[in-house]
Amino acid sequence: MTQSAIFNEMYVTHGSVRSHYGSFEGWLAGQSEDLMRLKRTEADQVFRRVGITFAVYGDGAGTERLIPFDVIPRIIPEPEWRFLEAGLRQRVRALNAFLHDVYHDQEFLRAGRMPAEQVLRNSQYRPEMRGVDVASDIYAHIAGVDIVRAGAGEYYVLEDNLRVPSGVSYMLENRRMMMRLFPELFVRNRVAPVEHYPDLLLENLRSVAPQGVDDPTVVLLTPGMYNSAYFEHAFLAQQMGVELVEGKDLFVQDTTVYMRTTRGPVRVDVIYRRIDDDFIDPTAFRPDSSLGVAGLLDVYRNGRVTLANAVGTGIADDKSIYPYVPDMIDFFLGEKPLLANVPTYCCRKAEDLNYTLDHLPDLVVKEVHNAGGYGMLVGPAATRPEIEEFRKRLVAQPDNYIAQPTLALSTCPTYVDSGIAPRHIDLRPFVLSGKTITMVPGGLTRVALREGSLVVNSSQGGGTKDTWVLEA
Amino acid sequence: MLSRTADHLFWMARYIERAENTARMLDVTLTTSLLPQSPQQAERGWRAMLGISELQPRFDALHATMSVPAVLDFMVRDPENPSSIYSCLQAARENARAVRGSLTTDVWETHNYTWLQLQSQLREGLLQSDPKQFFEWVKFRSHLSRGVTIGTMLKDEAFYFTRLGTFLERADNTARILDVKFHDQGDAPAPAVAAEPAAGSQVQSQSQSQGALPRAGNGLGNGHAAENGGSPHYLDYYYWAAVLRSVSAFEIYRRVYRDVITPLRVAELLILRRDMPRSLAASVDEVCGNLEQLKNDRSGETARRAGLLRAELQFGRVEDLLAQGTHAFLTGFLERVNDIGQRISQDFLVPPETPR
Repeated sequence: MTQSAIFNEMYVTHGSVRSHYGSFEGWLAGQSEDLMRLKRTEADQVFRRVGITFAVYGDGAGTERLIPFDVIPRIIPEPEWRFLEAGLRQRVRALNAFLHDVYHDQEFLRAGRMPAEQVLRNSQYRPEMRGVDVASDIYAHIAGVDIVRAGAGEYYVLEDNLRVPSGVSYMLENRRMMMRLFPELFVRNRVAPVEHYPDLLLENLRSVAPQGVDDPTVVLLTPGMYNSAYFEHAFLAQQMGVELVEGKDLFVQDTTVYMRTTRGPVRVDVIYRRIDDDFIDPTAFRPDSSLGVAGLLDVYRNGRVTLANAVGTGIADDKSIYPYVPDMIDFFLGEKPLLANVPTYCCRKAEDLNYTLDHLPDLVVKEVHNAGGYGMLVGPAATRPEIEEFRKRLVAQPDNYIAQPTLALSTCPTYVDSGIAPRHIDLRPFVLSGKTITMVPGGLTRVALREGSLVVNSSQGGGTKDTWVLEA
Repeated sequence: MLSRTADHLFWMARYIERAENTARMLDVTLTTSLLPQSPQQAERGWRAMLGISELQPRFDALHATMSVPAVLDFMVRDPENPSSIYSCLQAARENARAVRGSLTTDVWETHNYTWLQLQSQLREGLLQSDPKQFFEWVKFRSHLSRGVTIGTMLKDEAFYFTRLGTFLERADNTARILDVKFHDQGDAPAPAVAAEPAAGSQVQSQSQSQGALPRAGNGLGNGHAAENGGSPHYLDYYYWAAVLRSVSAFEIYRRVYRDVITPLRVAELLILRRDMPRSLAASVDEVCGNLEQLKNDRSGETARRAGLLRAELQFGRVEDLLAQGTHAFLTGFLERVNDIGQRISQDFLVPPETPR
């Protein structure tokens, strides 16, 4: 694909700048290369000193790396953001309604909107949640919806992350870094602030406390300091002023969750958990998990503690369920979807599988339950042997895969070794659902630093940018 | 606050303090080794230092002969030696990282930056080119971590647990620095007194297990007591001056006594003077004060034992305390500090079993 066929966030054509980038581009042209190099080095040093790092799996325990930060922001004009925001609200409302439905009356399934067994036999469906009423009927309290831009600039939802989406701390730290490195930019441009996210999050978590709890105790449950997102867990707990707990700090007694403190047990009402369902309660799910709390699920089902996100949200962001989200919006809200889905081939269907097998070099194929850029094939970037290897896996377990056309993700100018060059980006806004739906403008922009690469995940060598929603 | 959080804060403070005191101890030993003396005497100085840290067997297992570079390497940069400065600063930083949400940004960044800088210092060979400057750097980073704690942290439990760790460790370490000289003179070898980590903390269990080693100081014995007695007087003077300098007390000694340096007065200054910030009395004072701030319904006995120790230091006379022998006194002191440390773990840090 030629660069000119790809939507560039900054330029219409070479040399012709989009109007919302005008002020920034003019500023950038006036900066010397040396100064910009200095600023980039400073950013690296500060990130390292502050310890904004993530652990890399399969790279020796305790290996910490920086996520590369690019100083050229991704800019979204405010009207575009307003459209995205409306689309996100709609989508997350429908997803929460779907989650409530599949664990209660299952009207969506009974209406024949999708094959029932595709939900009920899915490993992400939690029968333990059948008939359980959760506070305010909210399941996905925090959603990190991945949005990409392709073609002539249309936005698509790539996936809905409803389990334990991460990255919001980088959104906040990237903004802090930009304001530190280039304060003058924020004088010249009206950039919508994002720093109040932890306040919104805390308010949201407090709003979904169990009934009858007026002044809830909120905690953040982390797998511990060797988890890849530990920095974010510690950061959010600190910014919200709540305890950062590990499973061993909590225990269950008399249908109540307590934390162990230096002054004895203290009752816990809301747990913002950053541990997957499987690990949260060894007596209910994986017995070998040492990260969770024995008996937690029982207390939860009794409505005596709130888990955010709820147990069982994985059924709604499963890649095999994704193609039905537009139907959910229609069914539950009676609205037309504002944000488009990427066309998706479900390999469980014979017809779609055949198409996929015939077009592997052109498609992106993903494992339905996986995340983080693991277990996927990017056809155009793969070698022949890689494709053939993947073909075998696909034929062996077609239910496990979906395929999508390789989208020409939009690019944004980015600092690379050879200077400034276009690199593919995506966007992850964070949608908070409680008594109301709130979000801060923008989100986390991830950038694939390798030339031509479409994989933006930090675990796969992606970087991040500050994201500006620019008020006119 | 969470028991686990308190545990990490307590050990974070202990490890940075231990790193500082190890630097102080190495500094004094290095300084004394430069005095004109026989190679055997110089070697004895290094062995005594390893002995009081209970590290002699570990060192001997790694190094066939005693040499200054080998000891420095072992005590400073050996990641396998849990008491090396490297291990201590790493453990301090790991403990801080585990609870960075309970620290101010300034405190966390200080520990993190110390750890990052340590690696570049060692990479650039500062230890070989200028060991004294390296020790100064370690002390400075420890000063900074204490200062930033006092200067930025809310005076709540997190603060008091951090301070408690600092002073419990200092009480232990100053006693050891003093004991280097007396260690191989007494008839009772030092017991294994290094505190065991509280159960359930990975971070500590990696780094904090120097208890119960075989007795250090073997092979030092025969005949050298006499030799020691026969050493020229000025060596003693330089030795005690170096000890004073190692705990930043040389000028203080001059100001307090306005007289020549004698071992008894050095002992009095470093054991009994409550106004001398690194003395045993001052450290135990602080332990008691912080325990008072933290007391819960289990900690009464711990506070009583700490208070008793404080009273003995407050009202004791140096002649009486040392009548049993300086080494015996210091050994007893280390045992009691260790006991208080273990009781603090039980009272606050190790989560009690679920109450029924």
